[in-house]
Amino acid sequence: MAKQKFNIIESTCIPVEIDNCNTDLIIPARYLASTTRDPKFFGDAFMHDLRYDSEGNPVKDFVMNQPQYSEAPREGVHEIIIGGQNWGSGSSREHAAWAISGYGVRVVISSSFADIHRNNLLNCFVLPVVVSREFQQELFATVKADPSAKVRVDVPNQTVTNLSTGHSETFPINSYKKYCLENAFDDIDFLLSNTDKIEAFEKH
Amino acid sequence: MKTLFDKIWDAHVVQNVEDGPTQLYIDRLYAHEVTSPQAFDTLRDKGIRAFRPERIVAMPDHNTPSDQQERIDDPVGRKQVETLQKNCEEFGIRHFAMGTKDNGIIHVVGPEKGLSLPGMTIVCGDSHTSTHGAVGAIAMGIGTSEVAQVLASQCILQQKPKTMRINIEGTLPKGTTAKDVALYIMARMTTSGATGYAVEYAGSTIRSMSMEGRLTLSNLSIEMGSRAGIIAPDETTFAYLKGREYAPKGEAWDKAVEEWKKLYSDEGAVFDKEVTYRAEDIAPRITYGTNPGAGIAVDECIPELKDIPETEQAQFLSMLDYMQFKPGEKLEGHPVDYVFLGACTNGRIEDFRAFASVVKGKKKADSVVAWLVPGSWLVRQQIIDEGIDKILEEAGFELRLPSCSSCLAMNPDKVPAGKLSISTSNRNFVGRQGPGARTVLASPLTVAASAITGKITDPRKL
Repeated sequence: MAKQKFNIIESTCIPVEIDNCNTDLIIPARYLASTTRDPKFFGDAFMHDLRYDSEGNPVKDFVMNQPQYSEAPREGVHEIIIGGQNWGSGSSREHAAWAISGYGVRVVISSSFADIHRNNLLNCFVLPVVVSREFQQELFATVKADPSAKVRVDVPNQTVTNLSTGHSETFPINSYKKYCLENAFDDIDFLLSNTDKIEAFEKH
Repeated sequence: MKTLFDKIWDAHVVQNVEDGPTQLYIDRLYAHEVTSPQAFDTLRDKGIRAFRPERIVAMPDHNTPSDQQERIDDPVGRKQVETLQKNCEEFGIRHFAMGTKDNGIIHVVGPEKGLSLPGMTIVCGDSHTSTHGAVGAIAMGIGTSEVAQVLASQCILQQKPKTMRINIEGTLPKGTTAKDVALYIMARMTTSGATGYAVEYAGSTIRSMSMEGRLTLSNLSIEMGSRAGIIAPDETTFAYLKGREYAPKGEAWDKAVEEWKKLYSDEGAVFDKEVTYRAEDIAPRITYGTNPGAGIAVDECIPELKDIPETEQAQFLSMLDYMQFKPGEKLEGHPVDYVFLGACTNGRIEDFRAFASVVKGKKKADSVVAWLVPGSWLVRQQIIDEGIDKILEEAGFELRLPSCSSCLAMNPDKVPAGKLSISTSNRNFVGRQGPGARTVLASPLTVAASAITGKITDPRKL
């Protein structure tokens, strides 16, 4: 999956106001049999069974199909999803992170994330931003009232700001992961760079 | 004063990255066909081999059909299973092929072959890897990027989770199983109640629980939000593992058991959170919603809207809308269309014994389609050796072939849209058993009783 360096993102948002939005909803199991790494394949499957009915027609009232939110993400537009609490619970399928990334989303904001999915997002260079329940509700209200409202995610300063209200919160991320995001550096590269330590561990 | 989790974790730390994660050594990587192909691609991209192939065991399970295993008709699923075999050949990894006596659901096969042992760190690209924690191991589900990391270095980078001990005390009432214990805990603490924690299950109920029951309980840890559900190894664990194909033998076994006996939480060890439940409060459980925490005792009614916190009412109604149930409705006696016994949750020999104990001498309701799917070829053989297959057959049931089957709709065993299934699997998510399928989670006893009556049935009353 594409690795894009993180700095500051200012974008309109898609409000996906679903609590406990599990990874089966983010991408149904039938898309998991593929051996591809094509971002488009997974992006098209993102939220598939909420976006489309059983005949494959768009479900009109689902948020991603509403005209104000349906534009495909690009710089400054729909790069951020505001999700319900316990986002990404359930299955460990990284395909869910590939679907989000493949659709073009770079940041997911929620009041809480499931542990495995949060790691998967980070490994796919999608930033999970944890905010308070109150701020999450404020962001939902802002973005629903004004779909052109922008949210600013500042990775170097670890802040997320509702540009309509000026309200801001800091979000946690350890300095190792921050370095990875800012430099498009992979965990696997880090691990391969210290195999001497692994071999030393195996000996004792 | 250390917790069991800390003892195993600390013994596997290669290094702690400054203001970052821990580099943790992994004793066992399991790989299945669904979450591994892109990880092998990563190794090929980088031009590297598997770092410790002897520590890796792979097998297909998700796409495997349960009616025959000569072929997979779906070309995409077939390719995925073939890809796993090719990848294992290329990277020198032990592979238990579909249809062979070694194959089965990875989380059933690992413990029963003695590949998962106390004190180990175990990972797999599958959230139900928590199952293996029941033998006294740190076992966690990971993503495909992390599978690639382990293939490449036998390590992963992980933030150390907080610890939580869940104590269950007392004797479980009649008709109540480990599955009901797990469904009860989820209903009490919600499906995110243990997010951020590694759980240890303890207390007298756990100590007297069989190994199969413990595997069921640990399996469902992820449905409480916890990646890991560990149980201190004891005589039950050792008796279960002794003589298993890959368990240590002879002197090595004795030495291993001596080490394993040190694997417990020290008296006075402090957990970040500790909760205690009483076994006598637990009854046979069913779920009514589309997350496993939305559950009730089988003889209770679905909550009324006024009993649900205001912020959760919209989700409550949307779940019931999908399930075609009503607030306050009693589900006992509600007709079911499908029953499923199996999955990494309840596909072990004890589950089939339990199911058979209910249906023996009775007849399956004509109105239900029943899928009885052993978790492995070893389980299937044991079912036959114990004559359970005959009991099932006389009651009108057919024993199928080992597979993940109807747990997640990646093989032909899909529940049709709108149909209601009562299932021993682990998730009742929207569309989990097939697009539009409706799932009620329950224990093997409750599923068996429901298969006989064709209605959601309290096993204590049959």
